Amino acid sequence: MSVVVLGTGMHPWGKQGRPFAEYGVAAAREALRDAGIAWTDVQFLVGADTIRNGYPGFVAGSTYAQALGWSGARIASCYAACASGAQAIDIARMRIMAGLCDVALVVGADATPKGFFKPVGGDRPDDPDWLRFRLLGATNPAYFGLYARRRLALYGETTEDFAAVKVKNSLAGSLNPMARYRKVVTAEEVLASPMVADPLRLMDICATSDGGAALVLASPEYARRLGVADPVRIAAVSTVTPTFPNTVLELPNFATDSSAAVPPPERPFRAAIAHAAYEEAGVGPGDVSFAEVYDLSTALELDWIEDVGLCPPGEAGKLLRAGDTALGGRVPVNPSGGLASFGEAIPAQAIAQVCELTRQLRGRAGERQVEGARVGLAANQGLFGHGSAVIATR
Amino acid sequence: MSLAIDGWFVIEDAGTHLIGTRCAACGTVCFPPQRGFCRNPRCDGESMEETRLPRRGRIWSYTSAAYPPPEPFVAAEPYTPVTLAAVELAGAGIVVLGQVKDLTVDELEVGMEVELTHGPLADGPLVWMWGRAS
Repeated sequence: MSVVVLGTGMHPWGKQGRPFAEYGVAAAREALRDAGIAWTDVQFLVGADTIRNGYPGFVAGSTYAQALGWSGARIASCYAACASGAQAIDIARMRIMAGLCDVALVVGADATPKGFFKPVGGDRPDDPDWLRFRLLGATNPAYFGLYARRRLALYGETTEDFAAVKVKNSLAGSLNPMARYRKVVTAEEVLASPMVADPLRLMDICATSDGGAALVLASPEYARRLGVADPVRIAAVSTVTPTFPNTVLELPNFATDSSAAVPPPERPFRAAIAHAAYEEAGVGPGDVSFAEVYDLSTALELDWIEDVGLCPPGEAGKLLRAGDTALGGRVPVNPSGGLASFGEAIPAQAIAQVCELTRQLRGRAGERQVEGARVGLAANQGLFGHGSAVIATR
Repeated sequence: MSLAIDGWFVIEDAGTHLIGTRCAACGTVCFPPQRGFCRNPRCDGESMEETRLPRRGRIWSYTSAAYPPPEPFVAAEPYTPVTLAAVELAGAGIVVLGQVKDLTVDELEVGMEVELTHGPLADGPLVWMWGRAS
């Protein structure tokens, strides 16, 4: 039992300065066209929330439903930081798998302010996300910088390796009309860009973007009735938490869990997210044709490559240097161009990852096409122990 | 002497200490201090005892903020880059993040020993900081 992807839609990423709902509705309409169904055919809509756009963002499901025209569909809204989009997919998937509906629409979109993400307004000394700024000035890139420095110290990678990730992703992004940054960059440009969070420079770190993405999901029977042969199948959605004690310092925390009383788990958080998806899909890292991973920074792409099991810890730099993770390589990573080319539009991003999985698996990714793609993995992690992995197959 | 947050650290003549909690039942240590119940999912402990964390540890990783962080951080003018270190406390199995006092990233290394101290935020209140080991 699984659900299939009937349609994908995206609004180009950028900084267009329009209300988020416009991006979401544009993406939704495209997904409906791609699926060949009408909005009024949709039985269930799930909106992935945005927290920086007022009340309409907190009730994204009804915001999109109203904008598309009240149709009497069932709706839901959800927030799970960077995993919001995957959570929305999972909610839609469960309702379909439970037999409570045949076809659902999932939408996520964001409109972001310029500069560092800061906590939502007001004095909130009980909120670690507020406190980490107040007491430490610890921005999101500061945490990315900590992870990156650790790679340099542990694995002997260099900042040239990090720059090579950006170069690779800019090449892929240059081929993606949905990407915000479509210029091919050189390692020299990355290494000459201003330092932001040592050792990471401006071009190592993903921007915050406007964007919107949508998917039409359906039961296999519904797809068959529409005459869709061999659709892309969602084989797994994993949304597991870390296992105590989480000994990696995570955003926005001040400290790790302590391993004084209980030894660390077999798998750290990011690896656990991917592992649960592999278990559910009944496939392993060796089956993966390509992966979309959450490159909030260049160095974090290397972390993820190891966490999703494409190589042992410490060896992602080797894969990168061998060209294995580039388009045309053994297992392309971020063939969409990744966050490096998109910037992050939080509730849309995990949905956009699945749009790319679907395009690749349908063989419709144009110049970015991964030859013979059969199994695609998407993974992400954000604040407060929310993360996700999705596996799609064909 | 005003502290930027109450109950998370204490400044004494003998040095600055982070205040954590230790579960009376399983020994799990928490920072910031955890009230009420234990974070170990297999422990029913409800008695969290205040404990001073080790003052020394080794740098797990470090970074610096080249641009002034946004509010509610108050940036000094002119801005001097904030250095941050995540430090693995000796014997506590916990890594604690803090600003670094009087050391730049060029003077830090992963694995280097540091010691807890304190220093002021730009608008006055004191916060715990990592400093050179004595």
